[in-house]
Amino acid sequence: MKDFPAQTDVNLAVVTEFLWMEADLLDAKEYVEWLQLWTATGHYVIPVEKEGDDFANCLNIAYDNALMRDMRVKRLQGGFSISAAPPAESVRTVSRIVIDSVEGSLITVRAAQHVMEDKFGRQRSFAMNVTWKLEQTEEGLKIRDKIIRLLNSDGMLTSISYLF
Amino acid sequence: MSLDQTPGGIGTDDLVLNDRVKTPMYEDPALFNEEMEKIFGKVWVWVGHTSEVPDKGSFKLSYVGLQPVIISRDRKGEIHVLVNRCRHRAATVCEIKKGKTSSFQCPYHGWGYALNGELRAIPYTEGYNTDFDKKDFGLKQLKVGIFEGMIFASYNMDVEPLEDFLGNAKPWIKLFMKQGGGYPVKTLGEHQFKVPMNWKIQLENTTDAYHFPIVHKSFLQSLDGEATETFSFMDDDDGYVEDLGNGHSVMVMMPEFIDLDNDDGAPIPERFAELAEDLRKDYDEAQVRRLVRAVGGCGFNLNLFPNAACSLSFFRILRPVSVHETEIRHIAIGMDGGPAAANQMRMRIHEHFQGPMGFGSPDDAEIWERVQRGSAGGGEDIDVMVNRGLGLEKTSDNGLPVGDISAETGMRSAYKMWKKVMEQ
Ligand code: FES
Ligand SMILES: [Fe+2]
Repeated sequence: MKDFPAQTDVNLAVVTEFLWMEADLLDAKEYVEWLQLWTATGHYVIPVEKEGDDFANCLNIAYDNALMRDMRVKRLQGGFSISAAPPAESVRTVSRIVIDSVEGSLITVRAAQHVMEDKFGRQRSFAMNVTWKLEQTEEGLKIRDKIIRLLNSDGMLTSISYLF
Repeated sequence: MSLDQTPGGIGTDDLVLNDRVKTPMYEDPALFNEEMEKIFGKVWVWVGHTSEVPDKGSFKLSYVGLQPVIISRDRKGEIHVLVNRCRHRAATVCEIKKGKTSSFQCPYHGWGYALNGELRAIPYTEGYNTDFDKKDFGLKQLKVGIFEGMIFASYNMDVEPLEDFLGNAKPWIKLFMKQGGGYPVKTLGEHQFKVPMNWKIQLENTTDAYHFPIVHKSFLQSLDGEATETFSFMDDDDGYVEDLGNGHSVMVMMPEFIDLDNDDGAPIPERFAELAEDLRKDYDEAQVRRLVRAVGGCGFNLNLFPNAACSLSFFRILRPVSVHETEIRHIAIGMDGGPAAANQMRMRIHEHFQGPMGFGSPDDAEIWERVQRGSAGGGEDIDVMVNRGLGLEKTSDNGLPVGDISAETGMRSAYKMWKKVMEQ
């Protein structure tokens, strides 16, 4: 893999910088820019079940390929969704970042994420474990998959009008 | 307390009029407590689906009103609904959401219960007098009724037979289950979310077509042209809402999808083309068409008083938590043993609209919260209007009102029943 120039750059600092940049875009609701972070394949997944990874054969909270991600962003920013216009404001923290594996150009990273939202003067909080499959490309890191495991994914949630 | 007076002192006659209901219906905590006793404590309440407890020894946690219950299937295959409360000193005997077991053991002092609720074992029995009889301390049982796989329970052992209660809704339930496409219907998973609103705001909404083009505009914009056609029921003139009696009602949005076995010969829509191609490997064209129609779901919402709905292609279950809080479950259904591709597509369709992050439900949740926020303070002199379609209704073969697609006929039906049950 020596011939892949970005390879040598894989370290916690580089990955952390990328994840924080993503988090910053999401809190700022810069979704169009966020879409640019993705490769064309792969999924944005929020499973219901706590175990297993056969997401296609399970009911998920979100299971978005590129087309669905695009439509979701359009919905959130189109101005016609009462829950997203205006959306809840969010502040998130990404921490406890661990690089699980580096195989070829694919980096598997996981982290803890806390999100606080505010709307109607009430605040709600979400805690989740997030796994990213990051692809090293010539344009830098890209997200192939993002799997968000909410602590309460199979319990009683509240509706969410922005992206984790 | 007299039977026709709520604890707040307002009679049910003053709370529910034919064309309106009073704001305390969403706001009064004393009224909520009375609803728990007279409605959720007495009538048939939807608790689950038989596919959630498929085998002998299967169990699933559920609720009847505020009370946690266990649905269990005993060793003879019989289904029980048991209050999840130890008969000793009240601890829940099970906190695992679903699974298989041979018994329930209370974690406090170790009382052991069989799947049918009977008390089987007590540690250190010598501490009880000889007149202590285990027979008297089984888990409290509810009356159980099953119709087309849907499990209902009632605290009232003398409740009317389930089939009488469902009445005119029964043929619609049978039509709804045709979504199995020839296979038995099974649950595929569920979305759950709570909303700061009174439960009746959700009860009303299942027969509210009026809000669809407004609240769900962003969902409609995400559909292709053909699918948008399917959801254009507010602009068509063939939809209707029919009062089915006992608080039940049906809102028919797409009459062409009332009976899924009635193949109208229409070409397979573009969005199902890939699925159809996949199915053609294993099925002949007639079966492919049947499966594709089944995947698309039914064209109606059936609202069952007080807590369930067979809504287009899923079960919508509500659970009152407090006067200002309600939990909603959107249970996806599919074909038990059916083609994986068909069930996958059903789940993707479900995810598209339903749940905490669907393209539809969050907007519903927002609106329901706004209704509750608008009702704050009691609004003594402003009422909640459910008069849309009054004076324009026709009469069904059952002798009950039928309104056009956006009429509030279903809400009036539910409130009529609410009043009847609360006065008993
Ligand atoms: S409370 Fe269950 S055994 Fe004592
Ligand atoms: Fe809705």
